[in-house]
Amino acid sequence: MSKYKMNILVCGGTGCKSSASDLLAAALRTELAERGLSGEVQVVVTGCFGFCEQGPVVNVLPDNTFYIKVKPEDAVTIVSEHIIKGRKVQNLLYTDPATQTKVDGSGAIDFNKKQLRIALRNCGFIDPEKIEEAIARDGYAALARVLTESSPEEVIGIIKKSGLRGRGGGGFSTGLKWEITSTVEADQKYVVCNADEGDPGAFMDRSILEGDPHTVIEAMAINGYCTGADKGLVYIRAEYPLAIERLKTAINQAREYGLLGKDILGSGFNFDIELRYGAGAFVCGEETALIHSMEGNRGEPTFKPPFPSEEGYLGKPTNVNNVETYANIPPIILKGADWFSSIGTEKSKGTKVFALAGKVNNVGLVEVPMGTTLREVIFEIGGGIKDGKKFKSVQTGGPSGGCLTEKHLDIPIDYDNLIASGSMMGSGGMIVMDEDDCMVSVAKYYLDFTVEESCGKCSPCRIGNKRLHEILDEITKGNGKPDDLDRLRNLSEVIKDTSLCGLGQSSPNPVLSTLEHFHDEYMAHVVDFKCPAGQCRDLMIYTIDAANCVGCTACARVCPVGAIAGERKEVHSIDQTICIKCGACLEKCKFNAVLVS
Amino acid sequence: MNKVKTPDDLKKLREDLQGKIKLRESGGHPESIVQVRVAMATCGIASGAKEVMTFFMEELEKRGIDAMVTQTGCMSYCYAEPTVEVTLPGKSPLVFGFVNNRKADEIIEKYIKNGELVDGIIPVTYHTITEKQQEV
Amino acid sequence: MNKIKITIDNKPIEVDPGTSLLKAADTVGIKIPTLCYLHLEDLNIENKPGGCRICVVEVAGRRNLAPACATQCLDGMIVRTNTMRVLNARKTVMELILSDHPFDCLICAKSGQCDLQKLAQDLGIREIHYKGEQSHYKEDRSPSIIRDMDKCILCRRCEMMCNDFQTVGALSGINRGFMAVVATAFEQDLVKSPCTYCGQCVAVCPTGALTEVDHTNQIIRLLANPKKTVIVQTAPAVRAALGEEFGLEPGTLVTGKLVSALKQLGFDYVFDTDFAADLTIMEEGTELLKRLTNYLNGDKEESLPILTSCCPAWVNFFEEYFPELNDIPSTARSPQQMFGAIAKTYFADKIGVDRKDLVVVSIMPCLAKKYECQRDEFKVDGNPDVDFSLSTRELAALIKQANIDFLTLPDDDFDSPMGESTGAGVIFGTTGGVIEAAVRTAYELYTGKKLEKIGFEELRGMAGIRQATLDFDGLPINIGIAHGLGNARELLESIKAGTCSFHAIEIMACPGGCIGGGGQPLHHGNSQVIVARQKAIYQEDASKPIRKSHENPYIKKLYDEFLGSPLSEKSHHLLHTRYFDRSKTKVIIKKEQE
Repeated sequence: MSKYKMNILVCGGTGCKSSASDLLAAALRTELAERGLSGEVQVVVTGCFGFCEQGPVVNVLPDNTFYIKVKPEDAVTIVSEHIIKGRKVQNLLYTDPATQTKVDGSGAIDFNKKQLRIALRNCGFIDPEKIEEAIARDGYAALARVLTESSPEEVIGIIKKSGLRGRGGGGFSTGLKWEITSTVEADQKYVVCNADEGDPGAFMDRSILEGDPHTVIEAMAINGYCTGADKGLVYIRAEYPLAIERLKTAINQAREYGLLGKDILGSGFNFDIELRYGAGAFVCGEETALIHSMEGNRGEPTFKPPFPSEEGYLGKPTNVNNVETYANIPPIILKGADWFSSIGTEKSKGTKVFALAGKVNNVGLVEVPMGTTLREVIFEIGGGIKDGKKFKSVQTGGPSGGCLTEKHLDIPIDYDNLIASGSMMGSGGMIVMDEDDCMVSVAKYYLDFTVEESCGKCSPCRIGNKRLHEILDEITKGNGKPDDLDRLRNLSEVIKDTSLCGLGQSSPNPVLSTLEHFHDEYMAHVVDFKCPAGQCRDLMIYTIDAANCVGCTACARVCPVGAIAGERKEVHSIDQTICIKCGACLEKCKFNAVLVS
Repeated sequence: MNKVKTPDDLKKLREDLQGKIKLRESGGHPESIVQVRVAMATCGIASGAKEVMTFFMEELEKRGIDAMVTQTGCMSYCYAEPTVEVTLPGKSPLVFGFVNNRKADEIIEKYIKNGELVDGIIPVTYHTITEKQQEV
Repeated sequence: MNKIKITIDNKPIEVDPGTSLLKAADTVGIKIPTLCYLHLEDLNIENKPGGCRICVVEVAGRRNLAPACATQCLDGMIVRTNTMRVLNARKTVMELILSDHPFDCLICAKSGQCDLQKLAQDLGIREIHYKGEQSHYKEDRSPSIIRDMDKCILCRRCEMMCNDFQTVGALSGINRGFMAVVATAFEQDLVKSPCTYCGQCVAVCPTGALTEVDHTNQIIRLLANPKKTVIVQTAPAVRAALGEEFGLEPGTLVTGKLVSALKQLGFDYVFDTDFAADLTIMEEGTELLKRLTNYLNGDKEESLPILTSCCPAWVNFFEEYFPELNDIPSTARSPQQMFGAIAKTYFADKIGVDRKDLVVVSIMPCLAKKYECQRDEFKVDGNPDVDFSLSTRELAALIKQANIDFLTLPDDDFDSPMGESTGAGVIFGTTGGVIEAAVRTAYELYTGKKLEKIGFEELRGMAGIRQATLDFDGLPINIGIAHGLGNARELLESIKAGTCSFHAIEIMACPGGCIGGGGQPLHHGNSQVIVARQKAIYQEDASKPIRKSHENPYIKKLYDEFLGSPLSEKSHHLLHTRYFDRSKTKVIIKKEQE
């Protein structure tokens, strides 16, 4: 084995890969080979670093230099400057937005400072396609310990004591779920990994599967041992080709090493894993719908009870856990329940991965201890609001979470606090909005998603969400009435109260939370027919300011519907009955003569 | 590929493999471990810096010292190549000149292990590599 | 087992574990409204998707309202079924459902029989606060069934009947959200799907989304045409159910009034399909004996069991799914088609009318019969043996349109010669009846002895699959009976696997047989209605002076004058048929493989 002097870690997550990180890795290897350094410097393609906003990202070790937005053509510079001459490439370093200084070490970047990576511990660190690297980082050590030292009951006891709750959104006690599945008598049981990540913008599960597939395999085997299942199924959406590839590779490697299959580590325990592909329906993240989809049926939820732990896949007891939940299991086994429960808040232990997105400087994947405040996540890790704008709202919990405001920023994030504030944890989506965002439009946008993704089985969700969307649409078009707000509220509450599954029970959250926190903005739409954020096109009126208009005719020429009239060198005017509010005149005018109100 | 048949097999395999990623593990907390930087410009390599760097890497590991060995560019002490900068946790960096394997062994045994100074320290007005970079 | 104690609307109740809130409430007179829920208890058919959310109730300690149909009682539950919260939720959900439903109740085929309409009344909906876009779909017309999915409320009852009970798999939910609808694969027309036209989807549809093709107007026109001689045959199950359409108790026999009404409507001759049923027994019974004898004599070519072939949906089913077994069912045509063939030859000659001017109408409890009479093999030079098949419901509509006060009609008798029938012909209307009728004749023909006890109680009942071994004078004959195509599939699979030891099997597609047919008055989820009709059928049989088909004097006369003997060349030509491979699903799979 040749001894490497340096490692260049190149992010091979989907985000960076789509920005040509695979070409970058190849270019680095070529460059190193040309200079005869292949034996000394190793290029490792890893899973997601989380700092996707700045991708493709590269980390040079051992001196821990963090490069951002690296293009394949930068490979020559990195090798000739950094590797050979030992000089860091200044223009590829991250610039701290606050101090405007270059930061080289990854640990010195604000984005990384407040993070605590448990679930993501190996992402961006190991080559996910090499089981050896996983094993070197304690991969399968927890499984080995469990199989030799503990009874299933003891392991379940540890998981229960750790306080780990389901990371897929529900927040149900993982240990309790395992216990229920383990106590049901059956000739066959299953453990299922829910990798049907459906929240728009959320990609923590994908990143874990892409960056550290072995941790999921190991945790599923532990789960199988505890519940008495010898078969594991991963339900993964077909839109995750890279995750599927890496998972397949990992499963094959684990089988070759005998870490999956018959008589694992001489313990007599048998366990193997198969993949099941989903077509990407959001509702298939709901566990009963997921199971029906795996069975080859229409992906629709069914009423619980019976719970999958009692009657699941093919009618057999089935334990369904989310990817991120599984990723927490091996560290809990190795480091103990007390270690895990020392992190987080009273009722929410450990960490949570959030997909930070929207109008925030550092978009990406962040893992923080439960109890971290929204302010810390948005303003410290996230680097604050883009372009120096004002923070308006943050929406957590995916499409059916609620919109929280300034006053919620200092609430410690955990399952219960988010629900109490009218939102939820969901799978960890976090979308930041600034002063330019119209909250009615935001609510409409989310409803658009749930209308599309409702399975259509139960009437309130199928028709109710559609009606909510229609009412919101009319409001944004200036056809709203004040009593629409009461209709929205009543309908939202009935949909939540009567829907069959979690999708409908939470889909009105964006409406209810914006109605509560941004009531004035709604009123402005339905009483004054104005959109304070200036987002609702139909509510805007374009006029020409006579004082500034020089009669250049530029606006009249660009107007696609001929709504602007006026002679050369005379003040122009816009015919409101023709204007389609496209904004072309505003863009064209060099004299600030087009006014929008 | 051999199957891992027992937990002990796995443990042994893990210990064998840990070296492979040790480089990365130490990268996460450089300030808390011994850092050895070998100047590896053309002149340094010509004087045997490569061999010295390999010696440091292998010997530090053999002797169970948690250290990070990296290369740097020219330190401008061309007369004294190979030159090596050693930083002990919490201390200022020291630069040693004319380092060969024998000298390296002495540096490890005396300075790194016990903090005793050894001959060959390049004194006074040198700049550390970091300061040099900032000048650039 | 210990009883579970709960409280519903302050009433303490004790129920068995596993009881739903809906059933528990029912025991103390609290009728929680339902829409998608359907439970045909005697037939073990249940639709419980929990999808409509009309039956929601408040359970203390739960965050959301619970559907009473799908929620099991747990000890100590405190349930409220009529709080402000519940009533508001129920009304709002109902308004939502109505907001996506056409408002053409006045001209809807289901008006007055519509569960949705009734529920809207019960809930006191007077205004819809949430109007919006409505779903629109292309109307799909097959020979038997019309699908107007604009009226579908996604109760999924049809899907449950088609997939779970019938295992036909023609219908399934497709698309998502507001676009979700029950449809065939790839949204093809029903005719291109594996649909058997059994009509059980129509029988359970709560709205006008699934209805039969209505032929009443054509009949009115034909009856008014002096150039046409219009004759009618009525199936046995019709007389046991038609009265329900006029407010009579289920199980009331209205044979005499039925004949009266048909005559008053202007049919030139009113005949009985039971006559043709007796004829079927002569052919099918003889075929059974022939195949049985060959088999017992060691003829390797002869395969048993013999399967009955009277049920057109069943014929469609095996042609679709078991074409490799096409040589097992009896080749005897169904009574409807035997009637048509004899009517347009023997009878047409008798009355001196050209077959083109003779119109044969059938009144059937069935929708598949509409398709059956259009099959090419039942036409002569394009002229069908049976021109139109009306359902029991259509006949009721026809009677109402003709201002006939059905309840005060006097009893009348069927015309001769094709109106005379035996008790054996009558029991064709229920599951187990055809095989019992066949056995009555086969026993006497085989043993040469007279049956001491005519009724075979061991063949009767409502269980989905039944079996009995009959003693044919020392020879044990194994009989199998299945109703419902899912049950039929089970028996067919055992035939394919070679594990079937039956000599003869009767199969009916509909639950309960023809009495539960897709063309019958709607049972609205009450399976007691079907049980009552079955009783009526056996009652009619018992009251008949002749109860064995081979003793029907007019059947004897028909053979003497016209056909010769059972399985004669003429019989073969007029009364038997053959089967085709119609496996549409296989074609699709084959195409995909190419």
